[in-house]
Order: sequence, then C-alpha cells, then structure tokens
Amino acid sequence: MAGSLPRNRFLLTLIVLSGMHFGNIVFAQDHDFSASAEGSENQAPDFDLPGKQVNVKLSNSQGKLVYLDFWASWCGPCRQSFPWMNTIQEKYRSQGFEVIAVNLDAQHEDAQKFLATTPAKFTVAFDSQGQTPRQYGVKGMPTSYLIGRDGKIIARHTGFSAADRDKLEQKIQTSLETPQ
Amino acid sequence: MTACAGIQPVQPWEKGTLAKAEMTFEGDPLDNNFTEHIYFSKEGASGGSGVGGGGCGCN
Repeated sequence: MAGSLPRNRFLLTLIVLSGMHFGNIVFAQDHDFSASAEGSENQAPDFDLPGKQVNVKLSNSQGKLVYLDFWASWCGPCRQSFPWMNTIQEKYRSQGFEVIAVNLDAQHEDAQKFLATTPAKFTVAFDSQGQTPRQYGVKGMPTSYLIGRDGKIIARHTGFSAADRDKLEQKIQTSLETPQ
Repeated sequence: MTACAGIQPVQPWEKGTLAKAEMTFEGDPLDNNFTEHIYFSKEGASGGSGVGGGGCGCN
C-alpha cells in the first residue's frame, strides 16, 4: 500500500467504528414494541382516541366481538375493504359485533377526503401519532385484529383482497357462535 | 456518528408520502402492468414498484 501507516490506521479505526454503529442501527428495532399483541396474555391493548363525534375506547366495546382495522387514505386495499366492512357491520350488529377502524393518516384532512368519497357506516377513530399500531405490532397496511368478547385477540390479518372476504367472514361467524 | 444510532426504521403506516403516484418510476399504468407481468413470468419477481397499491408494501 502506498499510504503512510498512521493514515491507514485512522481509516481502519473509522471503518471499525462505523461497523459497530451500523449494527446498532440495523438491529435497533422499536424499543417501545410491546409484546402484548403476541404476548402470553394476548389481551388487546386499550386505547382512547378521537372519533367522528365522541372518543372511541376499546374498553367500551367489552362484551362485543370487535373487528379492529388499521387503515390510511393512501392505502389501496383499504378502499376496497370499506364496502365489505359496511356490509358485515350491518349484518352482524345485532349479534354484538362492532367494527372499529383506526385511521393512521398523519394529516387529518386526508382521512376526511377519503371518508367523503368512501363512507364508513361503522366506528372510525383517528390516531395520527401512530401510538395504537405500535402497541399492536402492526406490520403492514391494512391490518385487522379480531378481538373476542373477553378482550383477547383471536386473530390478526395483514392486507386485504377480494379473496380474503369469505375467509374473514367465516372467522367472524365462528367467533360469534363460540360462547365466551 | 453516534447520533445515527437514534434512527428508527420506517413504520408501515408512515409510508403515506411514498404511496403517492409521483413516487413510482412508471408513468403509464398499462405500460407498468405489462412490465410487471414480464418480470413476474420471466423471473418470478413481484412487488417493489410502489407502496399503497399493494397495501402492505410487500407486493
């Protein structure tokens, strides 16, 4: 090598130090990732978020089967899922079933524009800070959780397509029939 | 350099700006469909062309 020894040693130290910090960046997953979604309890974390008119609290729906959906205005499959969620909310409302759709848009106006063209006949909450999806360990958009009458998470589903509809509805029907 | 350790990975719900049409490479949707189909049939490759359409950002 043509370089003098002190300069090479400096470069080497720089590279080694960068490597150490690289490990810290790559493996530093969100430290506030609570294990509650997949933890031993499986209890769905409660939340208190602004809704269309009043605040939406998960604990208010204790005793009902809850379909908790995380959505955003920019997510294509979310647009497809809304008519289906309208349908199932109406169909199973009398059996103690509630759809709660939590919007994750950073800008509230985007959510309002979406709702103007794709109306929601179910409970909508707004979490622009993204605290709730963090607690639930959301890995993709949209993600839905089926929460039992006892408040425990029964199932999680990431994404949404036409093929998912029947499968999801079957799961809801089975969960409604199961006594808890 | 130590400040870089505070960088958090982007969360799935924080990809709103990335989901905009301007953030994709292709201009014509039909042309894009052809290209993606060719990649799928020849390489078995899928996804990576844009967030939002695929929803979860994986495909």
